[in-house]
Amino acid sequence: MRAVLPELRYSPAPESAAPVSIRDAYGLFIGGEWVAPQSATTFPTQNPATEEKLAEIGYAQEADVDRAVRAARRGYEKYWRKLRPAERAKYVYRIARAIAERSREFAVLETMDGGKPIRESRDFDVPQASAHFFYHAGWADKLTWAVLGGEHARPLGVVGAIVPWNFPLLIAAWKVAPALACGNTIVLKPAETTPLTALLLAQVCAEAELPPGVVNVVTGDGRTGAALVEHPDVDKLTFTGSTEVGKAIRRATAGTAKRLSLELGGKSAFIVFDDAPLDQTIEGIVSAIYFNQGHVCCAGSRLLVQESVAADLIDRLRLRLGTLRHGDPMDKNTDIGAVNSRQQRDKIVALVQSGVEEGAALVQADWTPPERGYWYPASFFTGVQPTYRIAREEIFGPVLSVMTFRTADEAIERANNLPYGLSAGVWTSSGALAMYVAGRLQAGVIWCNTFNQFDPSSPFGGYKESGFGREGGLAGLRAYLQT
Amino acid sequence: MSRPGLVRVDAVMLEARATVLAKRSIKAASKRVAFDLVIACMDLTTLEGKDTPGKVRGLCARGIAPAPGAPSVAAICIYPSLVPIAVEALRGSSVLVAAVATAFPSGLSPLDVKLQETREAVAAGADEIDMVIDRAAFLAGRYDLVRDEILAVREACAGATLKVILEVGELGSYAAIRYASDLALDAGADFIKTSTGKLGSSSTPAVALLMCEAIRDHARRTGRAAGLKLAGGIRTSKGALGYLSIVHETLGNAWLVPERFRIGASALLDDVLMQREKEATGNYSGPDYVALA
Repeated sequence: MRAVLPELRYSPAPESAAPVSIRDAYGLFIGGEWVAPQSATTFPTQNPATEEKLAEIGYAQEADVDRAVRAARRGYEKYWRKLRPAERAKYVYRIARAIAERSREFAVLETMDGGKPIRESRDFDVPQASAHFFYHAGWADKLTWAVLGGEHARPLGVVGAIVPWNFPLLIAAWKVAPALACGNTIVLKPAETTPLTALLLAQVCAEAELPPGVVNVVTGDGRTGAALVEHPDVDKLTFTGSTEVGKAIRRATAGTAKRLSLELGGKSAFIVFDDAPLDQTIEGIVSAIYFNQGHVCCAGSRLLVQESVAADLIDRLRLRLGTLRHGDPMDKNTDIGAVNSRQQRDKIVALVQSGVEEGAALVQADWTPPERGYWYPASFFTGVQPTYRIAREEIFGPVLSVMTFRTADEAIERANNLPYGLSAGVWTSSGALAMYVAGRLQAGVIWCNTFNQFDPSSPFGGYKESGFGREGGLAGLRAYLQT
Repeated sequence: MSRPGLVRVDAVMLEARATVLAKRSIKAASKRVAFDLVIACMDLTTLEGKDTPGKVRGLCARGIAPAPGAPSVAAICIYPSLVPIAVEALRGSSVLVAAVATAFPSGLSPLDVKLQETREAVAAGADEIDMVIDRAAFLAGRYDLVRDEILAVREACAGATLKVILEVGELGSYAAIRYASDLALDAGADFIKTSTGKLGSSSTPAVALLMCEAIRDHARRTGRAAGLKLAGGIRTSKGALGYLSIVHETLGNAWLVPERFRIGASALLDDVLMQREKEATGNYSGPDYVALA
């Protein structure tokens, strides 16, 4: 007699785009003003989930970058270096509060421009960005105690910052917040495909009545970045992006007085021992490789699992793949959104193809993407050999390579056997084993029984070709100070 | 005594995943479906010293027809001495009679007393028995004793559905909850249940997720699909929907039926009926417009 029960299916739960007002066109933010690029050229930025154009963006070329650097120099000499540190802190706090107060707007904009799920931009990117400004604001008048030799600490001057498209606002915050707190002025170059939140940040800086030239935003492509790298009046460069570009920047700045921080690529190892908490390990894997569609420099993209539990773990991962919710990035229940650009999607497709051709077995979430937009389903490869391209090259997409090992020392050796060294994960119930392994891994960040945990007080950066210099924490402050 | 077959659990990612699931956004049509599922999977419960035949009859009437258009609840959950009253009041309906037994809530009585109580409840017409495990034995490491007792109660209530209450708030760790879940499932529990509802801390999203994982692994291993009953502290519709998402995404819709999922609650129905009314009419009319317990 029991009534037939309906089945639960989540109805669409899209976040509203109402808090965001996107202008038709954006200029450059230089010297506290919105200015048109001198060449008057623009480029479009689009929503990768719909391929719709969101706005026309000013294309900054050499003359514009020069103008921005000169504005930053003026801002530094005229205002920022003269300000008492506690006054500087007030501005940084003001930016922190403004980001928190406008968090919905920032989150929606980040998701529209970059394709990441709103759940991530809302719960991770934007709160973390605000937290970085709060954290660094607190240090502005305490630098004497922050670093060794801090009583003589001085700002460096003009900072050039080039940020990538995977965490556009957050990585900008990683650079702008410490630069300002330490007394530097900055020229920020956001990525070509994701300029909108950096431009909103510029607006926030203007509304916070930051003195002119302290924060400048120049939008453009790699040539814009190159002009900033080569500008003779930049005192420090901080770059987050590919290892290839990082090497070019290092060559370009060789023999100059420019300081340099590089946070580059990775192919991080995620090591699972037979006494790991397997269901939580699966959640760790999901975070490691499917967070932000795998567009994460510290993604745990190489899974090294002890042979004795490999079959069980792979079974569980296969099950979990079926429960990942792909689709509209603006839907509050979406786990996997859109890939950032056509170019990136094509790169993922090509590398996956190489994995199949070299003989690995591909497992993919059963999901049919929409016709428009750039997408890639959550995937993993088993039967991967360390010689395959998918075991050695950064895919920067939701694709995991699974390999096995027998002993701890073998896992360590294989984890370290790449030119990269950004992060690593160790999964075991033995504290002693975790410490043994962590002490022998060449990676800037090592997470134990968790992954992708970030805090402004904790330094982040790489070993080997994953870069040098740290962001966050006391080590991060050192990168913006002359001591 | 060591724990053979111990499954490792780590709090950080368990809680992180549970939090994501419990915060899923259930809107529009899916919300109306979810409310009806919550009602259909509810064990409407009264477990107080002051329970009288009159109170139980009222609860039964409400369980059969909670509100116009709403489904009946799954069962009425009561103390054994009130089983005959409920059997009479529920006759002809789909609502089952569940009796707590085995010296509920502490479980600290001699085994023969517990078995006798179980047999009498079933003889009086109880369709389901909610037993408690002996936490004292579990915490003392006498896992064999806990298992043997479940097996004995299983036998004493043959023909009835057996729900095994772990009282998770007394077990001390997620690993212990997982171990108790596995132990109860291996001993033949039809449902594993979180709590007696007599403790302050009981069901949480992380515990529900952990027990879903145990049920899923048991099904993978043995092919037997056991059920989950959440009880204790679930008072709001929003909280209940969070648990629905946990089951939906961990075990699947095959589990979102009264045969495999229950929520034991006394106050929850009031809030679900009010929210259901709001979804149907667009107005939140307040407690005067639904028949409260």
